[in-house]
Amino acid sequence: MCLAVPVQVVAVEGDEAEVDAGGVRRRVSITLTPEVKVGQYVLLHTGYAINIIDEAEAKETLKLLEDMLRLDEASR
Amino acid sequence: MKFVDEYRDTGLGRKLVERINRISTKPATMMEFCGGHTVAIMRHGIRQLFPSHIKLLSGPGCPVCVTAHHDLDQAIALVQTPGTIVTTFGDMMKVPGSESSLQQARADGADIRIVYSPHDSLEIARNNPRKLVVFLAVGFETTTPGVAATILEAERTKIENFCIKSLLKVCPPVIRALLNLGEVKLDGLICPGHVSAVIGSRPWEFIPEKYHIACAVTGFEPLDILLSIDRLVEQIEKGEPKVETTYTRGVRPEGNLRAQKLMEHVFEPCPAQWRGLGTVPASGLKPRAEYSSFDADIRIPVKVKAAVEPKGCLCGEILRGIKTPPDCGLFSIRCTPENPVGPCMVSSEGACAAYYQYGR
Repeated sequence: MCLAVPVQVVAVEGDEAEVDAGGVRRRVSITLTPEVKVGQYVLLHTGYAINIIDEAEAKETLKLLEDMLRLDEASR
Repeated sequence: MKFVDEYRDTGLGRKLVERINRISTKPATMMEFCGGHTVAIMRHGIRQLFPSHIKLLSGPGCPVCVTAHHDLDQAIALVQTPGTIVTTFGDMMKVPGSESSLQQARADGADIRIVYSPHDSLEIARNNPRKLVVFLAVGFETTTPGVAATILEAERTKIENFCIKSLLKVCPPVIRALLNLGEVKLDGLICPGHVSAVIGSRPWEFIPEKYHIACAVTGFEPLDILLSIDRLVEQIEKGEPKVETTYTRGVRPEGNLRAQKLMEHVFEPCPAQWRGLGTVPASGLKPRAEYSSFDADIRIPVKVKAAVEPKGCLCGEILRGIKTPPDCGLFSIRCTPENPVGPCMVSSEGACAAYYQYGR
């Protein structure tokens, strides 16, 4: 029910955007994320982009995870 | 797919499981609040990766499952009111009420349309000017901003034959109610990721502060979930509960302020009935007085008889985390996704449906 999927914004037009959802183009509302830019990813839920995905944070999470596991292995 | 596949790396996942099993010494009973997390945990077989002292329980975070019988009966009465078209999400159709379901009502001639977005209701209203289109709004804070935006657009574009039957709910009060019951002893809580995308991670801070329960806000891919379990286990081992977010790509501490503003502008808190938990103060949302023309409860109030709950159904106990689906005598025998008795078997994110599909 609270399912939201990451989709990439390919065009912005007023409070709507065209997004690429795994190869399928769709029109969605960006009234909740008006600052979104073309190229960014958003979390899409029931036709609304509910948040912009923070790409730097996405990379940081994976880096932290890899660092933690590496450190773990080194200390064993 | 970007922001999906990177979080499904099995090599990293395996190492993370090993790490969790190595650092965990204390009993760790954790609840995943959100039905979406339950499905992901079952689909990826995550429960089975840990020894018996690490327990994962399903919680009440499935909006369809927690919809009370009384509210369903009202929705069914609404669709039987002449001159209405009811729009709703597909998950609601098969949920049994006291005597019927929306699906049964539709078979009997009621005009019910399944929509992908609340916004689709406006197009239906435009095309059916002599009918009143009622959106049966079910959902948590993830869904509510879109419903608020739909109401504001209806107002702006002067669509008068549209309103909503609000079954919208908010999550923090119900977690408080669940913890106050004290039936289930939790060491950790996996907080809902997409609810938090809207409200932020701060609203969960009362949980470690008041209840000394570790919290992790996370996403829905296997690595997200494993990382949240790792964080929870570490907090539990140290005895230092706090709120950690392992889904920072989608959740900021303050959430989406614009979405919150829209939600607060259109809706106000009200008591809501939760299946299994009864009435929880300020856990529901209804349109504010200035938007009362969009409130089906005011526009076309319906009366229903006292609800009749199905005998033997343990959905209430399952939603409170004190029973699991296999504990229920009806599970997979009388209650299946084809012929569901309780809502947890209907919703694709219900615990019973998830156990039925992945856990048998």
